[in-house]
Amino acid sequence: MDQKLEELKLLKPGTYFMMGNIACAEAALIAGCEFYAGYPITPSNEIAEHMSRRMPELGRHFIQMEDEIASAVAILGASAAGVKAMTATSGPGFSLMMESIGLAAMLELPCVIVDVQRAGPSTGIPTFVGQGDVMQARWGSHGDYELVAYAPSSVQEFFDLTIEAFNTSELLRIPVIVLADEVVGHMYGKLVVPEYSKINIVNRKKYTGPREKYLPYSCETLVPPFVAAGDGYRIHMTGLTHDERGYPSLEIDDSRKLIERLVMKVRKNAKNLWKYESYFMDDADVVVITFGVTARSSLEAVKRARAEGIKAGMLKLLTIWPFPEDPVRIAGEYAKRILVAEINMGQLIHPVKEVVRCPVVGINYPVGYAPPPEYILDGIRASV
Amino acid sequence: MVEVQVLREVVSSESPRDDLIRRERFPHIWCPGCGLGTVLKCYVEAIASSDIPRDKHVIVSGIGCSGRMAGYVNIDSYHVTHGRPIAFAEGMKIVRPDLEVTVISGDGDLVTIGGNHFIHAIRRNVDINVFLVNNFIYGMTGNQYGSTTPLGARSSTSPYGCPEYPFNLPLLAAALGAPFVARWTTLHVRQLAEAMKKAMKVKGFAFIEIISPCPVGFGSYNEMREGMDFIKFFLENCIVDHNADLNKVAISMRPGDPIILGNFVEREAPTYHDLEREVFRKAGWLK
Ligand SMILES: Cc1ncc(C[n+]2csc(CCOP(=O)(O)OP(=O)(O)O)c2C)c(N)n1
Ligand code: SF4
Repeated sequence: MDQKLEELKLLKPGTYFMMGNIACAEAALIAGCEFYAGYPITPSNEIAEHMSRRMPELGRHFIQMEDEIASAVAILGASAAGVKAMTATSGPGFSLMMESIGLAAMLELPCVIVDVQRAGPSTGIPTFVGQGDVMQARWGSHGDYELVAYAPSSVQEFFDLTIEAFNTSELLRIPVIVLADEVVGHMYGKLVVPEYSKINIVNRKKYTGPREKYLPYSCETLVPPFVAAGDGYRIHMTGLTHDERGYPSLEIDDSRKLIERLVMKVRKNAKNLWKYESYFMDDADVVVITFGVTARSSLEAVKRARAEGIKAGMLKLLTIWPFPEDPVRIAGEYAKRILVAEINMGQLIHPVKEVVRCPVVGINYPVGYAPPPEYILDGIRASV
Repeated sequence: MVEVQVLREVVSSESPRDDLIRRERFPHIWCPGCGLGTVLKCYVEAIASSDIPRDKHVIVSGIGCSGRMAGYVNIDSYHVTHGRPIAFAEGMKIVRPDLEVTVISGDGDLVTIGGNHFIHAIRRNVDINVFLVNNFIYGMTGNQYGSTTPLGARSSTSPYGCPEYPFNLPLLAAALGAPFVARWTTLHVRQLAEAMKKAMKVKGFAFIEIISPCPVGFGSYNEMREGMDFIKFFLENCIVDHNADLNKVAISMRPGDPIILGNFVEREAPTYHDLEREVFRKAGWLK
C-alpha cells in the first residue's frame, strides 16, 4: 500500500447516493483492505458482492470461503502476511467467528469484522433488523481480551467507521468489529467522500531493527511493532499463552503481563476510541442512549418530545466497545432518568447501569423491527 | 519376525540442522517413541535441501501433539486454532504467493474438526503443502478416537472398539484433484524427506499422509506400547506401490493387512493463483 490513493481506482471524493453495505465496501478499499474472505449471509451480502467485483479491479484478493470459520481464519493468515484484511457477516456467521476473534486478539493480528445484525436468535428473521449482538461482540470469545466495536446509524457513518475500524485495528493490533444492522446496511443515503488528503489512514507499525533484538510480544509498549511472514525475522506466533518471545509459557508472570497488555492497550486508549454524538443534552431531564438504526427513530422522538415541552435529549453511541463511560456517566449526572433504546431485550442497558446513578429504563422493541418514533416517544412520555 | 539392528554411532549434542530448529525450546513435549521428532527432522531436511530460501518457508500448525511442530522450526511459524491451519495458510498464500507455506498438523486437526477446510483447499488447488500426521488418534487430549481411527480399534472413547469407518485419505485427496498425493511412515525417513521436498516443488496442493507411531496414546490401547512395536509393524506390513489403486489403500492396522505407501499422484493442474490471475485479467488489473 505504498501507492497514493489518487492513483488507485477508488471512489472519488464527492457526493453520492449509496447503499450502506456498498459504502462500507468502498470505505474498506480506501482504507487499504487487500484481502476479503467471506461466506454468503443476509443481510451482509452486498458487501461481498461489491468486493468480489471491486477487489480484482485493484489487484486485491477476494475469496469466498467454505464457511465463516474459514473466512475469519483466512483473514488472519493474510494479516500475518502483513496486509489489511476483512470479512463481513451476520448473526449466525458472527457466532461461528468467535473462536477466531480470540485468536486475532491473542496473536495481535489486525483485522476488521463487519456484522450486519439481523433478528435472532438462531436463524431468526434473516431479512429483518436486530441489535442482539452487542454483548456477543464484546464477550463472544472465551477468555480475557478487549476489542473495539463501532456502530453506524447512517450510510455516512458506515463509511467513516469502516475506515476508522481499519485504522484502529492497525494502531492497536486488535480485531475491530463494525456492528452495523440490516437497516443501515440496506438503506440508501447520502455519502460524502472527502478529499483523500483529509482521510486519515493508519498502517501498523513495523519492526525493522536487528533480528537478535526483536521481541515480538515485548511488554515495553502496549502495542509491540509487527513483522510479517517472509520478513526474515523467524517469528513464532501461538494462541497459547506466551512470553515476550512468543513462546508458550506456563509462568504466572508471563500470563499476567500478556493478558494485562491485551486488555490495557484498549482500556488505556479508551478515551481516544470513544465516539458519540449528543443531541439536546444541555438541559435534558430525560436522555435516550442508543445506537445504530434505533438512533434514527430516537432522534425524531426526542424532537417531538421537545415540541411537547419535555426536556428530552439523546446520546448516540458510535463506539459501543470500549463502552464510552464518561459521556454516559455525565449524562447520568444531569438527567433525572435515562432510557436505553435498542432492538433486543436489553443489552446495552447493562453497561449504562454500571456507570450511572439515576434510574435507567430500557425501551426494547420486538426483534426484527425498527421502532417507530412514536414507540420511543411513548417511552419518553412515560418517564416524566 | 524381523530383527531390528541398533546402529552404534557417535552421539553428538549438535545437529547440522540446528539453525533450522528452535533449540532453546527443547526438550520438546513429545513422548519417547513418538514419531513426531522424525517428522520434524524430515521437514527441516526438506527445507535445507529445497531451492527455496529459508526465510520464504512458513509453517502453520493447528492444535495437538502434531500441532506443536510449528513451535520447533526456526522459520516464520504460526500455531493457530484447532482445525484451522489450512484456512490460515490459504489466506497467507493468496496474498503472498512467494512464500512456501506448509501446514503440518494432526489427523484430528486437519481432517476431523478441520475436514471442511481440507477438502475445499484441495478443490481450489491452493498452492500449499499439507503434511498430515496420522497417528490414528487424538493424542493431545487423551487418546480419543477420530476420523482416522481404524474400525474396531480401541481408544479412551471407544472402549468396545471404534464403530466408525476411517477415512482413506490418499483416495480422498486424489479424488478432489490434488496434484501431489503421497503416504509414508516415519520409518521411511529418506522417502518421506524426499516426498516433502517434492511437495515443496509442486505447483498446487501437495498432500502427504505421514503414518506416525503414537505408543503412549494409540499404542497403549492397542497392544503397541513401545515405539519399536510400531516400527516392527511398519517393517512387516508396509508395501511401497506408487501406482496403487487408491480405492484399496485404507488402513486397518491389523497385522497382515498391508499399509500401502508411495508417491501416488504427481500431476499438474492450474492452481488457485493461476485462476485468480485470470480474474485479475478480466477485471482489467492485468493485461
Ligand atoms: C475447538 C477445539 N476443540 C477441542 C480442542 C481440544 N483438542 C486439543 S488437541 C485435540 C486433538 C488433536 O488430535 P490430532 O489433531 O489428531 O493431533 P495429535 O495430538 O494426535 O497429534 C483436541 C480435540 C481444542 N483445542 N479446540
Ligand atoms: S501422545 Fe502420541 S502423538 Fe502425542 S506425543 Fe505422545 S506419542 Fe506422540
